[in-house]
Amino acid sequence: MHAFVPLLATATVVDRIVFVVAALIVLSGAFGVVLARNPVHAALMLVMTLFGVAVLFVEQEANFLAAVQVIVYAGAIVVLFLFVIMFLGVDREENLGEEPLRIQRPLAVGLIVLGLAGIITLGALGHWAVGARSVAGAAQNQSGGDVAALGRSVFTTYLFPFEITAALLVIAVVGAVVLARRPHGAALAEEDEADESADAETDLGLGTDAPVTAATGEETR
Amino acid sequence: MSVPGQWYLALAAVVFAIGALGLLVRRNVLVMFMCIELMLNAANLSFVTFSRMLNDIGGQALVFFVLVVAAAEVVVGLGIVVAIFRRRRNATADDLHLLKG
Repeated sequence: MHAFVPLLATATVVDRIVFVVAALIVLSGAFGVVLARNPVHAALMLVMTLFGVAVLFVEQEANFLAAVQVIVYAGAIVVLFLFVIMFLGVDREENLGEEPLRIQRPLAVGLIVLGLAGIITLGALGHWAVGARSVAGAAQNQSGGDVAALGRSVFTTYLFPFEITAALLVIAVVGAVVLARRPHGAALAEEDEADESADAETDLGLGTDAPVTAATGEETR
Repeated sequence: MSVPGQWYLALAAVVFAIGALGLLVRRNVLVMFMCIELMLNAANLSFVTFSRMLNDIGGQALVFFVLVVAAAEVVVGLGIVVAIFRRRRNATADDLHLLKG
């Protein structure tokens, strides 16, 4: 396969405009996630990126995945992020000037730029080895569109992995409950303390070196 | 006919690089998680692009599974963050050095 086909070669004008606008949205959102000082802003930038990726999915005729992308990612995962940010009260601005490891940031930027340049160069100049086409079934021009094709694939070829994901989700839910639950003894002791003194509920952690300014729930809400 | 697939793949590579960069330079655990989501999305974008280029629905099925795994990963990861925060009152990766020798 040859190097980059010129953008103007095959696509229609509308397709080109949609791609460029969606790509700009995706890129600016991605930079926003990395550069935003406030975690809430980073989460909102992430939503922007996810919407841009959903537009690119529609552009490539993956309509079902675009819907799932918006519902699951923007609707569930980012809301979960925002919930945890608000719940923990970490929506303060991060001091990006503080630098425990001095070499880390320049080194990271250099490594990433090198790696990206390598990937792009390889993709543009190298010869791609791709397998046979339509191994798992054709994606385009199927009766019922991409939804039916994807459904047929997931419930026949990929039925066993699909069942495994059910188990995975159950394990994740149980794990989250176990992790986020307060140990039974600690909860009882905390209730006793709360009875004794009014400010006991600010002292539920075992951390010894927590700074006073680290916000508890009461401080931010 | 849409834009050639190479452009989508290049975009996915750039988004992946931005996500990896954020994971390396940011200290807030929650923002690091968001950067992981960025990288997963870049991978999803290239899966869908290959699905179109090779006319193979397998790429889209794989994106479906990546979505499930990402959801499970976020749930468990945020559970861990909440558990850590309850003990230590901050969510900065550099302060979690209890296992340092």
